[in-house]
Parts: sequence; C-alpha cells; structure tokens
Amino acid sequence: MTPFSSVTGPAAPLLAANVDTDVIIPIQALVGTGKDGLGGQAFARLRYRADGTENPDFLLNQQPWRGTPILLAGENFGCGSSREGAVWALMGMGVRCVIAPSFGDIFHANCFQNGLLPVRLPMEAIRRIAALSGANGLTTVDLERRVVIAPDGEAIPFEVDSRKREALLEGLDDIALTLRHAESIAAFRDRAQTERPWQ
Amino acid sequence: MPTMFDRIWDRHVVTTLGDGWDLLWLDRILLHDLSGGRALREVAERGLRVAEPSRVFATPDHAVSSAPGRTAATFPRGAQLLDSLRRNCAEQGVRLFDLGTRENGIVHVVAPEQGIVLPGATLACGDSHTCTNGGVGAVAFGIGSSELTQALATNCLPQRRPGTFRIRFEGTRAPGVTAKDIILHAIGRFGAAAGTGMALEYAGSAVRAMSVEERLTLCNLSIEMGARVGMVAPDDTTFQYLAGRSFSPKGALWDRALADWRGLPSDPDARFTRDETISMADVAPQITWGTSPEQVAPINGSVPTLEQARSPAESEAWRAALDYMGLEPGQKLAGTKVDWVFIGSCTNSRIEDLRAAAAVLGGRKRAEHVTAWVVPGSEAVKAQAEAEGLHRLFLDAGFEWREPGCALCVAANGESVPPGARSVSTSNRNFVGRQGTGSRTHLASPATAARSALEGAITDPRA
Repeated sequence: MTPFSSVTGPAAPLLAANVDTDVIIPIQALVGTGKDGLGGQAFARLRYRADGTENPDFLLNQQPWRGTPILLAGENFGCGSSREGAVWALMGMGVRCVIAPSFGDIFHANCFQNGLLPVRLPMEAIRRIAALSGANGLTTVDLERRVVIAPDGEAIPFEVDSRKREALLEGLDDIALTLRHAESIAAFRDRAQTERPWQ
Repeated sequence: MPTMFDRIWDRHVVTTLGDGWDLLWLDRILLHDLSGGRALREVAERGLRVAEPSRVFATPDHAVSSAPGRTAATFPRGAQLLDSLRRNCAEQGVRLFDLGTRENGIVHVVAPEQGIVLPGATLACGDSHTCTNGGVGAVAFGIGSSELTQALATNCLPQRRPGTFRIRFEGTRAPGVTAKDIILHAIGRFGAAAGTGMALEYAGSAVRAMSVEERLTLCNLSIEMGARVGMVAPDDTTFQYLAGRSFSPKGALWDRALADWRGLPSDPDARFTRDETISMADVAPQITWGTSPEQVAPINGSVPTLEQARSPAESEAWRAALDYMGLEPGQKLAGTKVDWVFIGSCTNSRIEDLRAAAAVLGGRKRAEHVTAWVVPGSEAVKAQAEAEGLHRLFLDAGFEWREPGCALCVAANGESVPPGARSVSTSNRNFVGRQGTGSRTHLASPATAARSALEGAITDPRA
C-alpha cells in the first residue's frame, strides 16, 4: 500500500451525487487487466468521445484540474459495484484524495486498502472549497493533522478512523495485522466447530 | 435486546481490535471468475495458503458468454480469467463449480440453491450483490479485491460494525406487485444512500408472506440503497427451502441447526438505528426512469418534472439522467418504445422469476423490433425451467433462451445492449453505460419486462 501523509493541488469540483464505480471504471477495462495501467480508463465514458478522442467538456480534461491529486465530489461517491479497479483507476490518474459528504461503503473500504484517502466533509464546506479552487487556489489535505486547508487558508478539520489513519500513514497492510491474531483465530475456529458444527 | 444482525455479528467476533473494530470470522467465502483467480494467486504470492479451503466455493459467472451452446472459449478474454480460477482453485483445494457442470451459475443464485449459505452464517464475496444471500438470514456482504485476499488468507476480516436499519413492509400486496417492485419503491422513497453504513433488515407481514426466492430479490437490491448487508429473519419458509439441499446439514445436525436458527430473529423489543414502515397499499409495479435506482416511479406514472426536485443539485442530476435516457420531464412512462428486454441476473433469474415472466406471454410473440433474452441464473434453474417447458414458451414468443451467467446485467462478457438502445431489464443497476456504452436501462420486474417485450413498449403488466 502507498503511504499517505499530505497532498496539495487544485481540488477539482466533480460535484454530482451518486457517481458510481461503473462510471469511475467501466467493467470492460477490468476483464483480464491487472491493477496497473487503468489510469487511462478512469471515467472513460465521460472523458472520451465516441471516436476515442478526449472530450474537452469533461472537467478533468481541462486545466488546472488535469492530473490533480484532489477530487471534490457529491453525496454517495463510489456507490455500486465492489470493483477495486475504481480505486486503482483513480490512483492511476494521479488522484490521492476524494472529499465528499458520503461514500459507498465498499469503495470507502477499498480506498484505505490502497492509499487513497476518502475525506468526509459537509456539502457546504465542499462547495466553499470548490468556489475558491483554481490554478492559484490550492487545497491541502493533511492526514497527520486531520485537516483540510482551503485555498483561502481556512483549516477545516475532518474525522478519520484512527486505525485506518495509522495504517495509511505507515502504508501498513491488514493481512500482517490479522495474522498477529493467529492464536485467537485458531481458538475461535475450534469453539465454533463445537458449538455450530453445521456452519 | 439484540437485533438479528447484532446476534449473528457477536457470534463471529474472533477478537475486538479497538475503536469499534472487530476481527470477524467468515463461515463462507464465495469466488467468481472476475476476481477469484487473482485473489487466490495473491494469497500464494505472499507465501500463504487459503486458510479454510472447505469454506470457499467458486463459480464462473461474470465473464462467460451466455450464447446457446457456449464454452469458455466463446469469450476468449473471459477464458483467461476462468483458466486462472481453475488453476488456482486446484492448487489451493477450493471447490469449483465449473462451466457446464450442474452446480454452475451466478454466484448469488448458486449459494442459496446449493445450501451453501445458511441462516446465522457470515459470508463474504468480491461482489457487491453478495447481500442477496441475506435472504436466508445470513450476514452476507460484498468486499473489494484486497479484502478478498485477506479473507482467503486468514478466514477473517477486520470490520467495523454497521448500524441497523429495519424496513417493515406491512399489509397485503396488490395483484401484480412483486418483490422487485417493493424494493424499488423503498429505494425511491429512502434514496440510494439511505443504507450507507447500515445493515438492513426487511420485516413485516408482507415479507413473512414471501417465498425465499422473493426475499433474495428483496435483499439483492440492499446495496442499491447503500447497504452492504440486507437480511430477512429465517422462518419455516426458509427451513423448508433449505432442507435437503446439497450442502445443507443433514440428519441430527439439521435438527441441531434448526433449533439454533429458530433463536436468530430480532427480539420483539430490539432497537434499530433507524426503523421505517411501508404500507403495501402504497406500492404499485415500479420502473426506473433515470440512471440511479432511486430514480423510479410507478409504471402507470410519469417521469417527474424538474420542479419536483428537492434541490437545485437534484434538479441538475435529473436533467442529466433524462438527457442520457432520452426522456422528457413529465412524460408518461408507459408507452415508451423499448428495443431490448433482459430477463436474468442475481436479482431476478430464479425459477419463480422465469415462471412469472412466462405467465404473461399468453401465446403471443415479442414485438418485431425487440430483442428479448432470458438468461437463467444457474444450470439448476435452467434444467427446472426446461422440465416445466418454460423455455418452449419463451422460444415460441421469439425470446432467446440462453446459458446461465451475469450476461447483460454487467456486460463483462462481450455481450451488451447497443448504444442508444432502450432496455427493460430485471437486473439491479441502471447506471450510465452499465449494460453497454450508451445503453438506456429501465429496471423492472420479470412480468413487466416480458409484457414490455410483447408490446414493444414499457407496459404495465396488469393492463
């Protein structure tokens, strides 16, 4: 996992609600493709026209948003399919942090597995940041201090699960942490087998 | 006084991890072709083994052709995924329901059908519609690839306990109202994010009266309300459904299990984080008009006008959805011309769904301009339907009778609805491009889909 401490950039306002993971990465891009190289397919249906050329109307094809590490989003970002390719594709196009009022639960969990930071802020704060964002209006997201610094310098604190925060700061993986509980797991297994052998 | 969800969760906590996190034991892990092979390979690459291979079941469904007479080679890119799944299952000792064998099918159709998912169990799968399996009273949830690798390697997952959200459906349904209509209505009422961070429990007299297959449909769309988990308390209907299935407990073990399962339902005075009631008197057959399952209306109703939106942002979202769908604000839904009909998916591809669709055919043929597909959810469903002669009714009506798999629900198998074509689909997602780039999807019940194929337009199945 890629560690995360802080990022700075022009926060791109992609504020529609219910942006689903099918829109973030079409399933066809995930059939037989690895984790790498998905950046070019992120938001493919919005980013490219039918003839395969870039759609100049799509926000992330425009300056200063192209390649930004920070997305501002609407309610329920990343809803729908569990495909982790949505996170790989966003990271592949350089995104390290998405700020939204709420996230799809599975997408939210997938973000932390890969080093993409999902930040929950109220929609009004997101709109405030969006209004100030631009080539000279940079936003910083600081996980160490748990704060978003808006382009005007306003510091907006955010909450993040302390367990997930530490894992992200250190780039730690859950498997190693879980395997530390091998004895508890073995004991649980034996007990469950006795109590509910049909399970 | 615990809810059913909390009771089952508590039983599966291996150890608490602090800050509200638990290490949760998994009774079952399901794999499919799109992510299963890779997850197994990643376990091996870390120098680990699958911790509990006998608890893991794999079936190819996503990237397999549904063409009659298909083999793995019919869709070559999918064949590579299946090869990887086969190889890695063999290396790790994981049971595979391979293509063409009688247990094969869509993972969430197969698990209840084979008795793999049982009341009181925890189950995880790298697919968001894993919530379907909660229809028998299990805590079943979708996970991503990384969590799947962890689950296989440790048979556990660190999880944060969600809140609980009960929806009681009370009263008797009107004729022609199906489980699909009921859950679409609920999503329309509460919204696509209402269940975020929650485990849903569906209760009430209308749910008690449902078959297990209807309950699976109900739970299937939990994720479209944002909830990873949807459940229905197990009862005699559940037990009759599970008795005698391949992997259900037998003999004395069945009796012990049954005694345990009867104690699972939520206590009468259990407290839920959120509790809502929907009267069946308010629910008509539904059809979606937009690009989120929450954008839904009664089939005899209209697309809303933009003035009905609750905020400027919602108005903007509706306008974008209607532009994509090629619909006008305020227009009647019934009578809208349809090009494709898809009956299938883990939502609505079970034998009762196929019976319901066949029942509206009445010896008629599909409209000439409509392409209509029926994709049974599993080999078992297909065999049962053919034994009942349903396939003949579909074929006589000009529908295609195809091979089991996810097919046009997710369009990951080389099959798709063409750009601009309007599809009435029994699946679960009307997202932009879901059934193929530029495809326009209306979600509805099997009866509505079949009837719309006959008329060549969106049609109320009761009309």
